[in-house]
Amino acid sequence: MPFMQRALLGGILVGILASYYGVFIVQRGLSFLGSGLAHAAFGGVALGLLLGAEPLWVAAIFTIVVALGIAWVRLRTNLGGDTTIGIFFAVSMALGIVFLFMRKEYTNDAFAYLFGSILSVTERDLWMTAIVCVLSLFSWPLWKRWSYATFDRELAQSDRLPVVRDDYYLSILIAITVVAAIKVVGIVLIAAFLVIPAATARLMSPTFRLMTILSVLTGVVSAVCGLFLSYYLDVPSGATIILLQAALFVSAMILKTLFRHKA
Amino acid sequence: MSEPAIRIDHLHVRFDEYYVLQDIHAEIQEESFVAIVGPNGAGKSTLLRTLLGLVIPTEGNVTIFGKEPRNVPADRIGYVPQIKTMDRSFPAQSIELVLTGLNRRWPWTKSKEDYEKALAALEKVGAAHLAKRALSKLSGGELQRVCLARSIVRQPRLVMLDEPATGIDAVGEADMYRDLELYRREAKATVVMITHDWHVAMHHADRVLLINQKQISFDAPSVALSEENLRRAFGHIGHEHGLLSLVKSNG
Repeated sequence: MPFMQRALLGGILVGILASYYGVFIVQRGLSFLGSGLAHAAFGGVALGLLLGAEPLWVAAIFTIVVALGIAWVRLRTNLGGDTTIGIFFAVSMALGIVFLFMRKEYTNDAFAYLFGSILSVTERDLWMTAIVCVLSLFSWPLWKRWSYATFDRELAQSDRLPVVRDDYYLSILIAITVVAAIKVVGIVLIAAFLVIPAATARLMSPTFRLMTILSVLTGVVSAVCGLFLSYYLDVPSGATIILLQAALFVSAMILKTLFRHKA
Repeated sequence: MSEPAIRIDHLHVRFDEYYVLQDIHAEIQEESFVAIVGPNGAGKSTLLRTLLGLVIPTEGNVTIFGKEPRNVPADRIGYVPQIKTMDRSFPAQSIELVLTGLNRRWPWTKSKEDYEKALAALEKVGAAHLAKRALSKLSGGELQRVCLARSIVRQPRLVMLDEPATGIDAVGEADMYRDLELYRREAKATVVMITHDWHVAMHHADRVLLINQKQISFDAPSVALSEENLRRAFGHIGHEHGLLSLVKSNG
């Protein structure tokens, strides 16, 4: 597959996934989770480079472990979500730095993961994204349970929903999505990819269903348009996508403000 | 005598090393309206959460319709949570919240049949006009009525309410209790309500369970509530002048 097609496919798939899971992250007030998991992924990438294994696959396992760890600590302590994420964030980053130091080789390739390089998306990377897409497709009925627990966790539990198990599964899928997004936007900007489309959709949506649809649309449109813009302007693709998402967010804010004044 | 709706036998609940409930015994008969009253921190909410199956007893047993709470089919219990803990910024319309009572899932689509059932439940509590209104645009009283519609849409045999009067004005409160009483009579349902408000307990419930210091210190028909019971329950009622005058006027 030519590089541009791989990049486009990768951008679209990651755009769908990140903006879909983003609605749960934003509505649950866990926007910091994106940053936390992205930095966990950095630790995983560094470990992969140290071991000479495929960095993204090692990062996937590493990030899943961290995501489950965050969910586990949050369930078993009364520490706030931000505190728990902050601890894992710092430890993963520290491990990543130690792993890179131990490698004792030129670490330029690590910077490619930090800032993303959509045009270097390989078929193997696409496979990982495709696996998350298939898992997400099969998990589609869970939208109703995740949404219910997002609205009111205790109400969902009183209705006998397996909220804790669902939370762990959601954490795993978000972790793999973060890793799949590394090549597209880079570790530094993944959090924005999870948060901005969902936040934009939130401004325009009277229902959670519409918020989900608009978030996915925002994610896909910004990924495709950002990719082409970055190609023609010869600027980094990840940053261009995020800037485009930010422009959409600002437009939504302006529209909402104008609409409110007219109403 | 028939099986009680709720049987609580020798119930102890402990969080870490701290007992929240100790040796609670009670039976609540079907079709009764019981108010569980007590000061803050008495263990009322923990008792309700135990009845809902959200808290596992450390010792003792709780059965609802003869089964452990977690094994009772969800459609037999309607739960009205405290509205102050609800996320009102969640993008949703009232009818979607009512539909969660029907399907125990957040709705992606609404079938015509489900929509009509949800609308009928809203109508029953005089809130059909709120069906399409955003949760963030509802007043406390309106949200409470929507929550009541959510709990009764599945036609439960037992309705449990957690501080239903918190955050709503007097008119909203009166409307809510009228609708609740109407449903109780129509469906021959049992109602269990947690409240710290004695006025409400005495006016609406048939029976009052007073929880204080982790135990039930008073269990009798609400009309039997006396100043002495209150003194015994709370240790003092010096700051509860309104309460005292209410008891005097009651008896």
